[in-house]
Amino acid sequence: MLIGLPHYLTVAAILFTLGIFGIFLNRKNVIIMLMSIELMLLAVSVNFVAFSVFLNNLIGQAFAMFVLTVAAAEAAIGLAILVVYFRNRGTIRVEDINMMKG
Amino acid sequence: MRGEGRGEGHLRHASMIVQAILFYIFAAVAVASGVLVVASRNPVHSVLFLIVTFFNAAALFLLIGAEFLAMILVIVYVGAVAVLFLFVVMMLNIDFAGLRQGFVRYLPIGAAIGAVLLAELIFLIVGWVGAFGGARPAIASATGGLAITNTRALGDILYTRYLFAFQAAGLILLVAMIGAIVLTLRQRADVRRQSIAAQLARRRDETVEVVKVPVGTGSD
Repeated sequence: MLIGLPHYLTVAAILFTLGIFGIFLNRKNVIIMLMSIELMLLAVSVNFVAFSVFLNNLIGQAFAMFVLTVAAAEAAIGLAILVVYFRNRGTIRVEDINMMKG
Repeated sequence: MRGEGRGEGHLRHASMIVQAILFYIFAAVAVASGVLVVASRNPVHSVLFLIVTFFNAAALFLLIGAEFLAMILVIVYVGAVAVLFLFVVMMLNIDFAGLRQGFVRYLPIGAAIGAVLLAELIFLIVGWVGAFGGARPAIASATGGLAITNTRALGDILYTRYLFAFQAAGLILLVAMIGAIVLTLRQRADVRRQSIAAQLARRRDETVEVVKVPVGTGSD
């Protein structure tokens, strides 16, 4: 009944797997792919915080904060690129992103 | 409990049971809404389920005493990132039905890779627990063993030991902000804009003309 580190690690593992699964499942929709990446980063944060608490070491929480920072920056840049792409092409299909193919 | 009162032991036991129940509720909701994020038909629903997932993850953080990160998660993810996603999803006029094509085709390989990854992670966790016992007390102090709040302890190490990384994180946010502005800013040629410099540089003799109009004729 005691909630320990394995419980948190299992939840994080399931969330991370859902992120991977979402990227494979929504191969055409970039927005859902970005959301899946957010899900994976959340799972990583959960891992950091769980280890930080159960090993009684605060450094994990500091790094979870940095993960959050990077996730926010990534979402902003990714969505900006998406908006520019949609403005130029009128679609966000992943298969159509091939103009720079050599 | 060592005989220091059975009432206190009962209380602690009850609080652990409550904690376990809350953990299972929040974890189940987080995982279920995570599934709905990737499987939802409508991207707006996906974003809303993402918000639910973040809230439940924040609740999980609260349960183990990482209250500052829980609040940051709600503020940053729900308040900024999810709203950004919602804004973009609603702003772009996208044919989402066309984007759903191939969903079933990619389902088997996605499920296979997900299952393999999940199995690996579970094996890893089970092995780790077997090696290190893993049965630590649930309510460990998240403050490094000191009698101060989580926020203060985090600030103590963030502003001293990790000052450099902290500044670098700020720099990353600055770069992201400037990058997003530069990417989405556009100068449209067909829009008439106010040119303040041209307005200020106007002079009287360039713009005003005094004409003596003869009686009975007009002026152009």
